[in-house]
Amino acid sequence: MLAPLLLAVLSGTLWGAVALSVMGVTLTLVSGVVAMPAAGAAALAGACHGVWLVVTGRAGRSASGEALRLAPDLGIDLLLLFVLMMGLSLAMPFSLPFDTHPLMQALALVAALAAVIAANRLCLTGVRLAPMRRYDVELVIIRALKGLGFVFFFIIVALPFYVMVMTSLKSQQALLANPLDLSIDLGQGITSLLRSYVELFTKYDFGTYLWVSTVVSVATVVLTLLFSVPGAYAVARLRFRGQAMLSRSVLLIYMVPAIVLVIPLYAVFSQLGLRNSLTGLLIVYPATTIPVALYMLQGYFRGLPAELEEAGLMDGLSRLGVILKITLPLSLPALASVSLYVFMIAWNEFLFAFMFLDNPDIFTLSRGIVALNSSEVPRQHLMAGAVIATVPVLFIFLWFERFLVQGLTAGSVKG
Amino acid sequence: MRRRESRLAYLMLAPTFLIVLVIVLGPLLANFWISVKPVGLADLRPPSVLVSERLRGSPKAVGDAVTLEYRLRNSTTDKEIRDVVLTDALPAGLTVTSLPEGCALEGETLTCALGTVPGKWRETLKLEGTVSQAFLDIEDPHEQVEATVTGDADNILTSFEFTLENFARIFDHAEFWSVLRVTFYYTIFGTAGALVLGLFAAQLLHVSFRGRGFLRGLFLFPYVSPVIAVAFTWVVLLDPFSGTVNALATKMGLADQAINFFGQRAVDLHLFGLTIEFPLALTTVIAFEAWRYFPLSFLFILARMQSMNTDVYEAAEMDGATPFQQFWYISLPQLVGILSVLFLLRFIWTFNKFDDIFLLTGGNAGTRTLTVDVYEQGFALSNLGAGAAVAVVVFVVLVVFATLFMTLSPKEEGL
Repeated sequence: MLAPLLLAVLSGTLWGAVALSVMGVTLTLVSGVVAMPAAGAAALAGACHGVWLVVTGRAGRSASGEALRLAPDLGIDLLLLFVLMMGLSLAMPFSLPFDTHPLMQALALVAALAAVIAANRLCLTGVRLAPMRRYDVELVIIRALKGLGFVFFFIIVALPFYVMVMTSLKSQQALLANPLDLSIDLGQGITSLLRSYVELFTKYDFGTYLWVSTVVSVATVVLTLLFSVPGAYAVARLRFRGQAMLSRSVLLIYMVPAIVLVIPLYAVFSQLGLRNSLTGLLIVYPATTIPVALYMLQGYFRGLPAELEEAGLMDGLSRLGVILKITLPLSLPALASVSLYVFMIAWNEFLFAFMFLDNPDIFTLSRGIVALNSSEVPRQHLMAGAVIATVPVLFIFLWFERFLVQGLTAGSVKG
Repeated sequence: MRRRESRLAYLMLAPTFLIVLVIVLGPLLANFWISVKPVGLADLRPPSVLVSERLRGSPKAVGDAVTLEYRLRNSTTDKEIRDVVLTDALPAGLTVTSLPEGCALEGETLTCALGTVPGKWRETLKLEGTVSQAFLDIEDPHEQVEATVTGDADNILTSFEFTLENFARIFDHAEFWSVLRVTFYYTIFGTAGALVLGLFAAQLLHVSFRGRGFLRGLFLFPYVSPVIAVAFTWVVLLDPFSGTVNALATKMGLADQAINFFGQRAVDLHLFGLTIEFPLALTTVIAFEAWRYFPLSFLFILARMQSMNTDVYEAAEMDGATPFQQFWYISLPQLVGILSVLFLLRFIWTFNKFDDIFLLTGGNAGTRTLTVDVYEQGFALSNLGAGAAVAVVVFVVLVVFATLFMTLSPKEEGL
C-alpha cells in the first residue's frame, strides 16, 4: 500500500519543483525581473496533488477519459493546486509582489500548474491505492524519467539557440543594463531591432563573406561529386585488384585529423602562393570530403540492381553512357544527401579558413566571425554573425531533413 | 575484358588517388620531415635580396648628370645568398658615363653579378649618366622597369639539415604530460558523455507521438550548426560578467559569485570534509563536446533501435519482464554492437578535435589538448618544427587507436 503513495509523492515533488523552476526561469528571461520560483512550496503542492489523485482514484481513470468528460476533473485539480500553491508560497509563487508584471506572473503560474497536472496525471496513470506489481512501479518511474528527459533535452538544445537569436536583436545598452532580460521590444521598429545585422552587412562586409562562403561550399560540392562519382562507381561495380582493401582504407583516410595536415599544407601553400587564396581552400576542402563522399556513394551504387546496367551495356551503351543515363538518375537521392552533407562540412569548416585566409576580401563566414571576436566588437554583433552563419545550414537541414539524416548515418562519422 | 575493366577502374579512381595523395598522405609524411627540422614560421619566406631604385639629381636640360642608385639588402640576418645577380632595363634616354664594379651593360640591359652575400648585407650601387630629351619627357623614368634580383639560398625546408631538438623540446616540457592527460580526460569523458546523452535521447524518441519529427530535428541542431556559431554562443551564455547563466545563478542565489566557466582552471569542492580540486574549464569543455555530438550517437542508436525485432519484447512482456529488465536484458545487448562502434569512432574523432577547444578557451585554463598544442607550438610560438613534432605524436597515437579499432570493431555493424 505504501508504493502508490510513495510514487505519487515522488512524481508530485519532481514535477512541482521542475515545472515552477522552468516557468520561473522563463519568466525571468522574458521579463528581465528576477522571478525566484518557490520550488519547495511547489514540490509540496505537487506532492499533495499526486497523493490526492491516487487516493481518490482519479489517476486510474484519466487514461480512458475523453477531454470533455475530464474537464470538471481538471478544473478541480487546478483549483486544488492553485490554493495549495498560493497558500504554501504565501501568495508569492515567484517571490515577486503581485503588481510587477501581473499578467505574465499569472500566465507563468497557470502554465506551471497545468504542467504539473498533466505530468502527474500522465505519470500516475493506472496507479491506485492498492498493492502494485514491480512492473507497474517501473512503468511510473520510466514515465517520470522520460518526462524529465524531454524537459532536459529541450532546454539544453533550445536555450543556447534562443540566447543566440535574442542577444543579436538587443542593443549594447540593454545588454549591459540587464543581462537577464532577453525579451525584445517590438515597438522599436524593424530597423532598430535588426541594427546589428544592418551594421554587419554595411560596415563589416558580411555580404561578401556570405557570398564567398556560398561560392566555396557549392564549388566544393561540385568538385567532390566530379571526383567521387566515378571513383565510387569503380569501387562498386568494376572488378580490379585491391578493391576490398580500398573501401576500408577510405575510412582510415577519413580519420586523419585536419590539424595534422595543417602545418605541412601551410608551409607548402605559403611557398606556392596558394595560402591566402580561395584556390587553396578549394584544393583542401574537396580533398577532405572526397573519401567520405566516395564511401557513401559506393554503398548506394552497390544497392542498385546491376541487371539494369548490364541491360544498358547489352543495348550498346558505353560505360559512361550507363553511368550518365542509368546509374546517376537512379541515385538522385544519394547524390542529394551527399551534396547536402558535403555542403554542410564546407560551410561549417573553420580550421583551414582560419589558418589560410588573411585577406578580408575573401573571408568565409567562419573566418569573418572569428575576426568579430575581439573586445572592440560588441557581442550582439558576434551573435548576429553566428545567426547569419547558422540560419542557412539549419534552413537547408530542415528543408531536406530526410536526405540529410540518411547522409549523416551513411557518412557515419565526420566530427 | 577483365583487363580492360580494371584499367577503367584505375582510370576512374586516379583523380581521387591523386588528390588524396597530394593533400592528405603527402602532408602526413611531410610532418615527419618538418618535425626533424629547425624551422620556424619566419623561415617560410625564403631569403632574398631586396632592392629599391632611386634617382639622384634633378635634370632640367639635355646633358644634365644624374645618378641612378640601387640599394640592396639581404632580407635575413643570418643566411647567405649565393650568385646574386641584379638585372634592370635602363630608362630610355640615359647615357651611362660610369658603371659600378661588377656590372655590365648590354644595350639597355644592366646586369650586375654580386657573388655571394652574407646575412645583414647591405650595398648601394651607383650608376652615373647624362640625360637626353627622351629621358626628360617621361615622369619617373627609372620606374618604367622594376629591377629584379635573383640568388640562391638554402631553403631550410628542402635542405638536409636535421635535428632532434623539436622532440626533445616537447618531451622535456613539463606541460607535455599534463597536455597528454588532459587529452585523454577530454577524449574519454567527451565520448562517453555524448554516447550516454545520445542513448537517453534515443529512448525518448523511440516511440512515435505527435511532435516527434519536430523534436528529432531540434535535437540535431547542435550537430549541424557551424561550430563557430555554437562555440561563441556558449562563450556568451556562460560569460562571467554578462552571461545569462551566471546572471541567473547569482540572482537566484545558486552561486555566491559569478563562475568563470571557461577561464578558471580549478575550483575547490568541499565534500564530506574532503577538498577536491574540480577541473572547471575542462569539465565545461567536455560538457560542450557531449552537447554538440550527442545528436550523432542519438541518430545511430535510434536507427538501430527502429530496426530491432519487436517480437522479443512481446514475448518478454508475456513472461512478465519489467520495463527496466526489458531495457537491460533485451535492448542493451542488441545495442552493444552499435554502441561500441560509435564509441571507437567518436573516441578517435574527439581525440582529433581542435576547433571546439580552440574557440572556447584557446587551450587555456588547463584545457590544452594535443591538437591545440600543435597550433600553440607551430603558430602561437612560431616554431613549425615543434608543432610538426606534436602532430607526429598525434598521428602515432591515432595509428594505435585505428589499429585497435580495426581489430575490435564488430564486423556485423557494417562500418
